[in-house]
Amino acid sequence: MTSTTTERVAAPARTRRRRAGQSLLDTKRQWWGWLFLAPFTVVFVLFLLVPLGYAFWLSLHTQGIATGGESVFTGVANYVRVFTDADFLSGMARVGRFVLVMVPLQIGLAVAIALVLDTLATRLSQASRLLVFVPYAIPAVIGALMWGFLYSPRFGPASDLFGVFGLDAPDFLSRDLIFGSLVNIVTWQWVGYYMIIVYAALRAIDPSIYEAAKLDGAGNRAIAFRIKIPMIASSMVMIVVFALIGTLQFFTEPTVLRSVAQGAIPTTYTPNMYAYSMAFSYSQFNYASTIAFALGILVFIGSYVFLYATRKQSGLK
Amino acid sequence: MTTVTTQHTSPRRTGQRRLGSHLFLILAALYFVVPLWWLVVGSTKTNSGLFVGSGGALWFNDEFALWDNVKQLFTYQGGIYWTWMRNSFVYAIVGGVGSTTLAVLAGYALAKYRFRGRNLYFSMLLGSVMVPLTALTIPTFVLLSQLGMINTMWAVVLPSLLSPIGVYLVRVYAVDAIPDEMLDAARVDGAGELRLFFRVALPLLRPAFVTVLLLTTVATWNNFFLPLAVLRDPQLLPVTVGINQWQTLSNAGAGGEQVWNLITTGALVSILPLIVAFLALQKYWQGGLSLGSIK
Repeated sequence: MTSTTTERVAAPARTRRRRAGQSLLDTKRQWWGWLFLAPFTVVFVLFLLVPLGYAFWLSLHTQGIATGGESVFTGVANYVRVFTDADFLSGMARVGRFVLVMVPLQIGLAVAIALVLDTLATRLSQASRLLVFVPYAIPAVIGALMWGFLYSPRFGPASDLFGVFGLDAPDFLSRDLIFGSLVNIVTWQWVGYYMIIVYAALRAIDPSIYEAAKLDGAGNRAIAFRIKIPMIASSMVMIVVFALIGTLQFFTEPTVLRSVAQGAIPTTYTPNMYAYSMAFSYSQFNYASTIAFALGILVFIGSYVFLYATRKQSGLK
Repeated sequence: MTTVTTQHTSPRRTGQRRLGSHLFLILAALYFVVPLWWLVVGSTKTNSGLFVGSGGALWFNDEFALWDNVKQLFTYQGGIYWTWMRNSFVYAIVGGVGSTTLAVLAGYALAKYRFRGRNLYFSMLLGSVMVPLTALTIPTFVLLSQLGMINTMWAVVLPSLLSPIGVYLVRVYAVDAIPDEMLDAARVDGAGELRLFFRVALPLLRPAFVTVLLLTTVATWNNFFLPLAVLRDPQLLPVTVGINQWQTLSNAGAGGEQVWNLITTGALVSILPLIVAFLALQKYWQGGLSLGSIK
């Protein structure tokens, strides 16, 4: 964005200098631009625009016993249904709650670890940086499986650990605790990745700024909050958007945990799970597409609003 | 740096702070490592040893069954586990290399060629980064099933070629990494546009290439929703979906279908390749993952 602007500013001088013989070459070169773009564009059209358009088309039609198995145009009827569907709305509210709890928790932890790592250069700090990052290399399915085992009263260490204090282990897979148990899995999985991004951004700051601040009497805390965090605002905005989009699409972890915690996780737990079960358990592809499209719109609006609200911090104008 | 610090804080307070920082890091590292430790320990236990063992959940039992478990992975259901592993590799490598190649070409074009519609294209690309890819899975499934491609490797590989975020990252990187003057100078020397790309641009884009390759390979390797939706044949599943099926069966079924020891050992073996790759490629990804930060 700033880069585009600078190009535009710099461009006139250059083009003015050699406009005469260049226009022909430039049109030829334009084709090269499109040629390089072509392979990606094919995939972009086939696997993004077409499915998106098709989902929209499906969402405007209904096919089922009521329509005699024919696909019938029903306009916005599916949307009226989805936005009054208690299952969809409660799923949306649930992923909304996940966003409110999980995103600040993950980003907060990632920034805290990155800030501490940034002030140290010991062997231990380097090792812990790697160890914190490792869960990113582990598929979400495997991560959820492992935590499922750890939560389980049959396999897990919880009963032993709580037994030391003479307590009964809580049932992490119960209806009351499953929310927190899922928050824990996702936090465990993603903090390392966000931490590495924040850490790399911190390393890119010129350390002479800190020297100047120290001479002015700033303590470590002031440097962290007044200098470091504002200077990495654009990276923070980016990881919040990643976390936001990822959380609203919540699917893998609750789906995997369902087989050990069926009572606590219904098939309508998140909008994506609801869409999946509508499509593959009930063969209601029209309604499933409506759910997916409605979710897509809400995610798009959510991240757009966030990016707009933080455009100053991110430099994205 | 220390001299400046000591001007304001006594050495003892700095020392305490360093100790506190290290304690914090040790606790954090423990939290992230304990589940993996559990997995390592769990994969050395027999099926029944996972429930009742001399070592408890976080320590080894007297009986060390890791090699038996690995052997059993080769024989259980005709060694289907290794078919899943091969599938995962195929999907991750084809999806990763393919989407990275497309992303590098497209990102380079968006950064270094001026053509009509470029800004519109780039805005659309930025918008598509915000489209949740899982929202596309169900319509993609319906489309592929009409083309008769459900239950084939193509159903996983082709949608995995799409990586708008990859294009965005390469574009951001290429704007600064490839000087226009360098391209112009090579053009004056008579180099064609293809030659420019391979000889000038590609070497300069290597850090972006490696980062995007890593991100897309991990994304395909980890993918769950898409293969779960478009594959039915057990022989085509990636290891993530396969192990999850074992887990669902073990929880629902009785006796012979309970293969807890294979789940733990299979999970451990399946995460080793990526962990090794990340450790080996450290110097590439550590700086590279920050590429995406919006400038």
